[in-house]
Amino acid sequence: MDKFVVLTGLVAPLDRANVDTDAIIPKQFLKSIKRSGYGPNCFDEWRYLDVGQPGMDNSRRPLNTQFVLNESRYQGATILLARQNFGCGSSREHAPWALLQNGFRAIIAPSFGDIFYSNSLNNGLVVIRLDESKMDRLFADCAAFPGFQLTIDLEAQQVRAPDGSYAFAFEIAAGRRERIMNGWDDISLTLKHSDQIRAFEQRHFAAQPWLAN
Amino acid sequence: MSGRTLYDKLFDSHVVRTEDDGSSLLYIDRHLVHEVTSPQAFEGLKLAGRQPWRRQSMVAMPDHNTPTTSGFLNAAMIADPVSRTQVETLDANAREHALTYFRIGDMRRGIVHVVGPEQGATLPGMTVVCGDSHTSTHGAFAALAFGIGTSEVEHVMATQCLPQKKSKSMLVRCDGRLPSGVTAKDLVLAIIGKIGTAGGTGYAIEFGGEAVRSLSMEGRMTICNMAIEAGARAGMIAYDEITEAYVKGRAFAPKAEQWDAAIKYWRTLKSEDNATFDHTVVINANELIPYVTWGTSPEMVLPVDGRVPDPDREKDSTKREGISRALQYMGLTPNTLLAEIKIDKVFIGSCTNSRIEDLRAAANVVRGRRRAENVKLAMVVPGSGLVKEQAEREGLDKIFLAAGFEWREPGCSMCLAMNDDRLEPGERCASTSNRNFEGRQGAGGRTHLVSPAMAAAAGIAGHFVDVRKLA
Ligand code: SF4
Repeated sequence: MDKFVVLTGLVAPLDRANVDTDAIIPKQFLKSIKRSGYGPNCFDEWRYLDVGQPGMDNSRRPLNTQFVLNESRYQGATILLARQNFGCGSSREHAPWALLQNGFRAIIAPSFGDIFYSNSLNNGLVVIRLDESKMDRLFADCAAFPGFQLTIDLEAQQVRAPDGSYAFAFEIAAGRRERIMNGWDDISLTLKHSDQIRAFEQRHFAAQPWLAN
Repeated sequence: MSGRTLYDKLFDSHVVRTEDDGSSLLYIDRHLVHEVTSPQAFEGLKLAGRQPWRRQSMVAMPDHNTPTTSGFLNAAMIADPVSRTQVETLDANAREHALTYFRIGDMRRGIVHVVGPEQGATLPGMTVVCGDSHTSTHGAFAALAFGIGTSEVEHVMATQCLPQKKSKSMLVRCDGRLPSGVTAKDLVLAIIGKIGTAGGTGYAIEFGGEAVRSLSMEGRMTICNMAIEAGARAGMIAYDEITEAYVKGRAFAPKAEQWDAAIKYWRTLKSEDNATFDHTVVINANELIPYVTWGTSPEMVLPVDGRVPDPDREKDSTKREGISRALQYMGLTPNTLLAEIKIDKVFIGSCTNSRIEDLRAAANVVRGRRRAENVKLAMVVPGSGLVKEQAEREGLDKIFLAAGFEWREPGCSMCLAMNDDRLEPGERCASTSNRNFEGRQGAGGRTHLVSPAMAAAAGIAGHFVDVRKLA
């Protein structure tokens, strides 16, 4: 996992609610047994005019020019603005993989699907909740100013306008934040408590012996 | 002091340690595994030189990619090379780690959320995880069950634990009784219609009240299955004699003295009378009729006597655009009666509605009737090999076949169309599954979520119809 402390980057808007994980990465791409290669198929059904299949040369497929993320002004965006309940639906971690591999490092929305939220943080994709009124401001600025950028400061827990005109605070669990800022491996951290896990297991199986079967 | 909720009891009894920021390390009792979300986790384990912490906790089977036509004896026979590789990868991983494994060709194989409970691998009081959002299904057994991503799958494999923050608690109390012909599926669609797909975000939901208490385990699983569609990672239902009767005698269930000890503990698995919830929602089950979704999110749902909504009547602009976009995708005109919407296909199956009771309900509707002319395909996909066998013992397969419905092999099938079963662009389907997202059942496909009886009725009438009024 790449470390994330402060990021200043181009912002792209996806102004619709309830964007589900089937939309972020359609199921035909879930057949891969790899962790990479999902980027070009991020939002596949909206991005292209044809039906995508694994193994296609995506650079030759017809682009849907109506889809906002295909507009030239948003190419190279690293921050995505979204609406309520972004990432609802399935548990597929392919969704944050696809977003990351498509270049996004952070997503700002009023709320996220619960599993998507933890999957994202587990991969260092920083998901930030801001209330609707602040989101409206960001969407408005993003539309008004070509090349609109934001700064995300994970250490200070702030989303800041480039000219310093506003800074929105956001919440994130302290443990999560620390892990992402340091790029730590979650499993190694848990395994530091192996003795405690074993001790728990003994008590647990003594109380409920049928669980040990 | 207020009493403890079922969720409190389940969560607290699995806390290995508590961190400074209030999150916990939670012990996981049962880990269900399927082919789509596990390969990268097994690979990660190998790359790090780790072994599964407790391989006995894992029960694995392929379900998403498996063909539903007959004659498949092993993974090598799957035509699509990418699907085949994924199933063969699970075969290999299961072999390498000596996991309990139901391969293609094994009668016990099926959709992981049908098989877990059927085998007694899901037990009351457990924490159950799976790399699949519909793991909430298992909460019907007074278990804490939730879906996880692939990194977490690897985490559980390697440590038997997961860092978790306790959710807020919500009670959805369903008073009264469901009228006859109105099912658990209609109830959960009504709940989602009421609280919305984000209504349960950040919550663990307990479903209670007379209407839930009087449901069979199959019905309770249908409800908990769709907790995730209400935004909640976990849904659960208190333990009672119905749970007990279902679990008793299952392959993995405790036996003899262990059974006696287990039920003594399991009987405590309910919220205390004076427990308080962060949020309570009340549904009056007496008033419900069958439900049909009209849009591209499960919250876009109405009673079958309703009409397709008119975006012009919606004041909120984000919602209005959402409705317009959904109607365009679904090819529907505002104000159309739901009962006038014609369908092309019927899908009866998925982890929501592919258990024996679901198949019986659908068979009761089609018995002695014929599939409508305009319905190109009506498929029935049992949730497991054992459900299929049971249904055949009861002669349900013959009833379906006589009505022009297809009788298939178990698997996820057209719930998400990773195998060959899918909708073609523009096709409209009455489906007993759980998601009507754009493209879910095939690119451009149009899904309407309904109960098994309602799907069967639509297959007979050729359009949606209140099953209780089917001529
Ligand atoms: S039946 Fe559908 S929802 Fe259930 S596990 Fe399979 S794909 Fe997921």
